[in-house]
Amino acid sequence: MPVDRSVDANLSSAGDMRDRIVATIYQRAEEITNRVCRMERVPDREWDRRLDDILTSRWLGFPVMLLLLGGVMWLTVTGANYPSALLANGLFWVEARLTDIFMWAGAPDWLHGLLVLGMYRNLAWVVSVMLPPMAIFFPLFTFLEDLGYLPRVAFNLDRFFKRAGAHGKQALTMSMGFGCNAAGVISCRIIESPRERLIAILTNNFVPCNGRFPTLIALASIIVGGVVSSYGSVVVAGLVVGIILIGILVTLLVSWLLASTVLQGVPSVFTLELPPYRKPQVGRLLVRSLLDRTIFVLARAVVVAAPAGAIIWLMANVMVGEISLLVYTAQLLAPIGRALGMDGYILVAFILGLPANEIVLPILIMGYLSSGVMIELGNLAALRDIFISQGWTWLTAVCMMLFSLLHYPCATTLITMFKETHSWRWTAIGALLPLAVAILVTFCVAQGGRLLGLV
Amino acid sequence: MGLTCQSCGRNACRTQWGGRAEHDYTIALAGNPNTGKSTVFNALTGLKQHTGNWPGKTVWLAQGYFQHRDKMFCLVDLPGTYSLFATSADEQVARDFICFGRPDVIVVVTDATCLERNLNLVLQVLEITTRVVVCVNLIDEAQRKGIHVDVPLLAQELGVPALATAARDGEGLPELLDAIYAVATGEVNPNPRLVNYPDEIAAAIDRVAARIGPMLPDGVNARWVALGLLEGDESILATARANAKETQLSVWGKEVSVFAR
Repeated sequence: MPVDRSVDANLSSAGDMRDRIVATIYQRAEEITNRVCRMERVPDREWDRRLDDILTSRWLGFPVMLLLLGGVMWLTVTGANYPSALLANGLFWVEARLTDIFMWAGAPDWLHGLLVLGMYRNLAWVVSVMLPPMAIFFPLFTFLEDLGYLPRVAFNLDRFFKRAGAHGKQALTMSMGFGCNAAGVISCRIIESPRERLIAILTNNFVPCNGRFPTLIALASIIVGGVVSSYGSVVVAGLVVGIILIGILVTLLVSWLLASTVLQGVPSVFTLELPPYRKPQVGRLLVRSLLDRTIFVLARAVVVAAPAGAIIWLMANVMVGEISLLVYTAQLLAPIGRALGMDGYILVAFILGLPANEIVLPILIMGYLSSGVMIELGNLAALRDIFISQGWTWLTAVCMMLFSLLHYPCATTLITMFKETHSWRWTAIGALLPLAVAILVTFCVAQGGRLLGLV
Repeated sequence: MGLTCQSCGRNACRTQWGGRAEHDYTIALAGNPNTGKSTVFNALTGLKQHTGNWPGKTVWLAQGYFQHRDKMFCLVDLPGTYSLFATSADEQVARDFICFGRPDVIVVVTDATCLERNLNLVLQVLEITTRVVVCVNLIDEAQRKGIHVDVPLLAQELGVPALATAARDGEGLPELLDAIYAVATGEVNPNPRLVNYPDEIAAAIDRVAARIGPMLPDGVNARWVALGLLEGDESILATARANAKETQLSVWGKEVSVFAR
């Protein structure tokens, strides 16, 4: 077919054509707006801008961010203490009654052991340790999101991401990761350049998600609670904030590393729109945070923990020579665990926790309980006693928190990564790169801590 | 309301909830980022898509169903986009659905507080189809800011139904439903007032459109594809090609590439 080239003859260039089309549309938009919109001076609308001047200022932006994050964490930890103790007491009271029923019915010991001491007790720990912090943290975080604070965070972090050779919007996708890394990986679609999008996808895992926040908060509370009592909540909040900051720092470092090696290129320019502050709908926010996030995460923990619990129970009861398979595996992994500041059981928990990060702590508790350490019914102090009886120090807790923060993402996130990148290679890197970072960091912290004689 | 269980974990990349229901009409929700599309979507379908106060939150098509009077509607929530001449992956998702998904009605959700910038997208959508309803959302926020929008006059200027809503509080949604119903069933036949391009551009559009029209799949607006090509949007080619019938593929693909240059 002949090609009609006369179209181009009238026009100097394609760029000119483009500009004129866009200009015509804009002109018409302006024309209509002028006709239908009427502005009225409203005096008291300046607070919006003044608030932005503070929240996104070069000097105050970061302190305010830290203060908000610390405040949210402090509220979470302080608020969670009381209901946690209450829940634990209530649930363990029920356990005693369940035991009574089993005794009365003359049920065999192994059945009572499996169902009550194994599954129920584990469930009780999970609920009392994880539920209260989630029920407080999630609504607070959602409140900030609905208010419009996240884009301000992105605005503050933008220049760091740019310096790392990544896209400024990565600050937004990272914020999304605080909720769920799978959702965070998908949100990377807002980044146009494939190079920068890949960086954002590969590093999304370095911020703690729904599933890991409760683990981090619980670990921090359990360990700090034993060291200091009066300023406990402040220290716990500080510890969790510190872990989050390390996560952001690692995100930037790894982004920079990727941008200066395999994914080189010039950061693209973009305009970030700061939306107006909007009054969050507190009622709806509470309901949704509780139903959709808290119960959802908890349900996932319970549901996925059940088969994992069965595996642990099997491993604890299948004998390899003199010792159980669980003890055998834990001992096998112990040297690696020790080098990283942890132990074999923790590594087993992380390996079995691949389907969902929520279940790492439950599996660990299960593992410890089934390895013969029976504990008295009681409160959170009892949980600390289990850990301490397994040789935990504060360094163990810190290393486990760091490993939880930095290690490979959950299976769902990995599948999402594959769907987004269509590449097994990048998915594998998405799993192995964080694992390598986690091993490196925990190794350095553990060996450093021991060398300096801190434990 | 923040992250919900329908928007994280393995649900994060699901595009449809509650099964594929029989429906009479497909409605697309388009609009600039952060104008409240997902809030309108949730309010109409009773679903719980992630809503949040930041641009770029929805990156994929979310699909839900609702009934109004005797008809069943399938509602598709699109990622926010400033323009149909797309750049990023999420914006392309929106553009492809608007241009080639052939929805029965396109509801363009606009932000009443910055209407001018939002109208850019509205005017582009009007180039594609006449079956458009403009939803002037966040009208409550605009009022607080002292901005008055004469919505009936806007409807007159655009030539399509326009309604004011405050989706968060459910204000104006019944009227929006009625307008969608009317346009979908053909009770109302909007007659949009298109942008008048300068003569030589209009001529160029007509020439390209006349040329590629016969080669496009049925129902795809040739004038629009011509405009996109002249505007320099190369990615429109790939999608148009994918939507073209196999036999026509090679012929018109080559042809159109020439125009694009």
